[in-house]
This record gives sequence, structure tokens and C-alpha cells, in this order.
Amino acid sequence: MIGSDGEYPARALRPYVITKGRSRPTRNTVNVETLLITVDPGRELPVTATREEHALVRMCEQLLSLVEAAAHLQLPVSLVTILASDLIDAGYLSARSGIPQTSRPDSKLLQEVLNGLRRIK
Amino acid sequence: MVSAGSNDRYLPATVQQSVKILIVGAFGVGKTTLVGSVSEIEPLRTEELMTEASVGIDDLVGVSTKTTTTVAMDFGRITLSPELVLYLFGTPGQRRFWDLWDGLAEGALGVLVMVDTRRLEDSFDVLEQLELRGLPFAVAINQFPDSEKYEADEIRSALDLLPDTPVVVCDARQRRSSVDALISLVEFVSRSTATREKEFSS
Repeated sequence: MIGSDGEYPARALRPYVITKGRSRPTRNTVNVETLLITVDPGRELPVTATREEHALVRMCEQLLSLVEAAAHLQLPVSLVTILASDLIDAGYLSARSGIPQTSRPDSKLLQEVLNGLRRIK
Repeated sequence: MVSAGSNDRYLPATVQQSVKILIVGAFGVGKTTLVGSVSEIEPLRTEELMTEASVGIDDLVGVSTKTTTTVAMDFGRITLSPELVLYLFGTPGQRRFWDLWDGLAEGALGVLVMVDTRRLEDSFDVLEQLELRGLPFAVAINQFPDSEKYEADEIRSALDLLPDTPVVVCDARQRRSSVDALISLVEFVSRSTATREKEFSS
């Protein structure tokens, strides 16, 4: 991803700085539709936290999906996924997940989706 | 209807689970229109950084030819019950975006493929990819005012679809019609899941 000569393409600089050089999240359970909520809005982030981490924790003071938080913050989803994983690991954010990526939805869940769709028609 | 209202960006605190459906189709086929007609929030747009696949271009030794581009993705939301929320993602169907929806498709209930009968050939690639990847899908024909009317069966044979793949004609501008297309997809997924669960337990 980054050349051994340390050359960064100018446009790629910012996201990689924000994620401290990583392009993959620490967790693979965090997905675009993962629901996020800040655990304790009163708890201060460490002084090393980036502006984007602060913004994400503030954005999630009420329940919101990762992709909505990214859209409102105008940040790329892949970037917010990495930040959210870190903040979940550190106990600042709590996640309510969707369907585990490896398994398929079961009949009960599909029925609930159908019931919901029929209700809004 | 359980709705957060268009001015309220947040979900009810009672929501425990989120699910998603992908709306895939060529540019201009009506993906964003469909998302907009059923979403309880003003559809949102997010940009994703994507490493452009250098198809047909050999990397020169020691020289990086990869460039990053941004892809816009529109999405909407429907709170289905106090515990359950559905996200709809409109994503482009062209070959160069497959990397994007591959990751997006993980954990998705299914895919609604939107087709414009004036440009049927635009959807061949997408359908083939979905079949290869084993993703459950339904086909929605977005009926444009100036497009010729076809029967679902004519479309089915033109697209060489399996007999049980749902084909629905819809008007993406109409909420009810769009919801019906989504219902057809979920009913189909539900039927295949029930069959599989039965086979599994016997």
C-alpha cells in the first residue's frame, strides 16, 4: 500500500494519518450497518485521540449505524470502520451488530423483516 | 408505522438489530429513486475510497500504478419494528465496483437488481456475478414512461434467469411499488431459507 521509499500519494495522506497508518479495522464484526452508541458521553477520550474520534463519539451519543455516522461526518466508511473498531476495543463505543458475516439470516428474522415491510406499505 | 421522522437522525434506543438489502443496477436505472421512495430518512450519500483495480494494466516493476478513487453510495433506512432496522444501499453494478459491493454484501439479506428494459445488456454482468457468488437476488424492472412494456416472463427468458428467481415490474418513484419489490425479494429469500433449514434438520 505504501511504497518502501516512504512516498505517499498526496490525496491518500489524510485518511492514513487519521487511522495511524492502518487500512484494516481491528475487528471484522464491524460493518456498515453495525449500530453504534457511546457508552458514557461524560467520559473523556485520551489526549492522543484525533479530532475524528472525538467527532464519532459525539455523533454516537444516541443510536446510529456506522454508515450514517460516516455520512453525517463526511468521512469515508472504511475510515470510520477503523476508528469505530478502536473505540469499541477501548470501551468508548458499544456495538449492536447485524447478522454475523459468515452466517445467513434465519427464518424468524426474515419473517420479522416481511412483517415490517408489509406494515409500512 | 414506526418512524424516526425525517428530521430526527437517530434510531429509537430500543433497536437491537440491523439488516441490509443491496440495490444494484446500472447508472441511471433508478436505485436512488427507489431508496428515496421507501426511506424514512432523507437518503444519505457516503463516499468510499477504493483502490482502482488496474485491469489489463501490468504494474511496472517497482512502480506503483494503483490509484484511489472515490465511489458514492446512496443509502436509506426503514425502522421495521421497535427492535429492527433495515438499511438499503444503492450501489453501482459496473464491473469496477464489484470490490465495493463484495464487502457490502457480507451479511446482506439479499440483492434487488434493478433493470431498465431499454438497456437489458447492462445487467448481464451483474446477474452473472450474483449467481457465481451465490447471493440471493430478485429482479425489479423499473418501468420508465418511454420504455416498452414487457411481460415478466419475457424478461426472465431474455435475462436467462432461473425459474424461481422473482421478477417484478415496479415504479421506483412509488413507495408502495418499491416496497412490493422488496417484499418479493425477502419472500424469495425466506422460501429458500425455509427449504434449506428443513433439509438441514432432516
